[in-house]
Amino acid sequence: MADMDRDDLLSLYRQMLLIRRFEEKSAEMYALAKIAGFLHLYIGEEAIAVGAIAALRPDDYVISAYRDHGHCLARGSDPGKVMAELFGKATGLCQGKGGSMHLVDLAKRFMGGYAIVGGHIPLATGLAFASKYQKQDLVTVCFFGEGAVPSGQAHEAFNLAALWKLPVIFICENNRYGMGTPVQRAVALYENVAEAARSYGIAAERVDGMDVLAVRDVMRKVVDQVRAGQGPYFIEAMTYRFMGHSMADPSHGHYRTKDEVAEHRKRDPLVVLKETMLNQVHCSEADFKELEREVGDLVTAAVKFADESPFPDPASLYTDVMAED
Amino acid sequence: MLLSYREALNQAMREEMRRDSRIFLIGEEVGYYQGAFKVTKGFVEEFGPQRVVDTPITEAGFTGLAIGAAMAGLHPIVELMTMNFGIVALDQIVNNAAKIRYMSGGQLSVPLVIRGPGSAAHQLGAQHSQSLEAWFCHVPGLKVVAPSTPQDAKGLLKSAIRDQNPVIFIEAQLLYGTKGEVTEGEYTIPLGQAEVKRTGMDVTLVAYSKMLLVALEAAEQLSREGLDVEVIDPRTLKPLDLDTIVTSVKKTGRVVIVEEGWRFCGLGAQIADSIYTAAFDYLDGPIVRVTGEDVPMPYSRPLEDAAIPDVPRVVAAVKSACGVA
Repeated sequence: MADMDRDDLLSLYRQMLLIRRFEEKSAEMYALAKIAGFLHLYIGEEAIAVGAIAALRPDDYVISAYRDHGHCLARGSDPGKVMAELFGKATGLCQGKGGSMHLVDLAKRFMGGYAIVGGHIPLATGLAFASKYQKQDLVTVCFFGEGAVPSGQAHEAFNLAALWKLPVIFICENNRYGMGTPVQRAVALYENVAEAARSYGIAAERVDGMDVLAVRDVMRKVVDQVRAGQGPYFIEAMTYRFMGHSMADPSHGHYRTKDEVAEHRKRDPLVVLKETMLNQVHCSEADFKELEREVGDLVTAAVKFADESPFPDPASLYTDVMAED
Repeated sequence: MLLSYREALNQAMREEMRRDSRIFLIGEEVGYYQGAFKVTKGFVEEFGPQRVVDTPITEAGFTGLAIGAAMAGLHPIVELMTMNFGIVALDQIVNNAAKIRYMSGGQLSVPLVIRGPGSAAHQLGAQHSQSLEAWFCHVPGLKVVAPSTPQDAKGLLKSAIRDQNPVIFIEAQLLYGTKGEVTEGEYTIPLGQAEVKRTGMDVTLVAYSKMLLVALEAAEQLSREGLDVEVIDPRTLKPLDLDTIVTSVKKTGRVVIVEEGWRFCGLGAQIADSIYTAAFDYLDGPIVRVTGEDVPMPYSRPLEDAAIPDVPRVVAAVKSACGVA
């Protein structure tokens, strides 16, 4: 384990807590019909986005799939603009054109959430290709679920990344279910999905995706290697989706039991880090109370901003279909 | 100077790549093989393998990679060995290239050219003979170009490369060897401008790509029979220059549209609809369409000939539109 700096751990905890409370509030807003469409929550998986992105530079590229709120917030996007995008408001990150599954924040180098499973993985190789072509020492981090691993586009991207030694880190968030289908019914080598990348010569390892410090440690090592030009890397982060696939799916559904969910909740990434903080860096319950208050205020303000923001003018319907020269 | 269509394309890309180092070429056999149809002859020798990138046979993967590179500021030219293989990359083209600007609220752009030969050559069979321009024209966010002459091919390709949008640039295998006068030195032809290829008073004949040559031959033959045919090449299929077509229709009152693609939902149906909407009162009779037959392209020569519009069919259609027996 690397450093155990109190402020550092408080910062990591704060980021995970922000995602957790933001997502809980999103579910509430969905129930109130403030948010529509598909809404996929990141609850339970926070340690991966926060741990991985903590190892990056601000100019590195991050790209994600449709369960993208956590990555966007971990990259530092304004929660108000993210919430406003979920509300479909003109003040949203994408002016209401994207929605939950298509967040983009170019200023934070968050290159987007994409909702065709596997379809954004070639884009990640392209971002990495561009930084190599331009001789910039950037890395690209590409998040996707284990459900994307068997897709053809993933394999084409793995091959190109390995063939051309592209500076891209593939992070597979293995939450064990692609919608309602467990990994053992979807991926032939389900006990080790990283074999898909290894078969193209990509170095790979597994990490405990419920332990933010473990994720960050692995990423710090990997980012250095990839930035140094050693080619792509694949990280399989073992995690669990505490909620349903989307808001249309109850948290346990027909495909898994309440007991199974409860078992995994014992290793809630917030609980795991909190225990470390209480035991090893002398944090107190008062510290956590203070964080809860601060994050609660942020999320409340985000909702207020989203709610009070105007909807887009229908006149903007055709704006940005095409770039004007 | 007299150049082949192939040489004109080669010059366009060569001049643009010399001008702007952000431009790179990627596709199957574009480098050391010199292009499957020798369009990129000499490129890898001049620009090196970093900018002339041979790929494995994975259209979805390398098209997606190019889109990602465009998002990061490069200007890729993707060569599809034939437009038929664009079907394999259709998810990337439709779900990513065409939508990323809109979904991101204008934060991201995809300046990209996807080029290669469409339509039938000689007896290539059902999977290598398709005219898919209507598919691409259907998708908001794409521009579609289909030049018929070396002069247009060069000027339009240079404009396509400089465009900030994804442009589908459809060539034709049977046009590569055709020759024509090409302006010496630097010139471009703006996207979205049709050209009157032959002036006439009696009837407007709209045709593009390979079918323009068929239309011109039919017009020549009809002139000997006393019909004065105006031939218009839209050149850019989307955005369509309806004004030039309507100006002609107001003069002639009669329209025939020729396309090699399938009849049902073909591009000619859209052009006819646009003319009916804009200039119905100027028409002296119904618009007549000459199209490919609604069958998978057969291999056998007489069957293939039967499936593709030819001069006699265009001549007959024009006579029918003009009420001449």
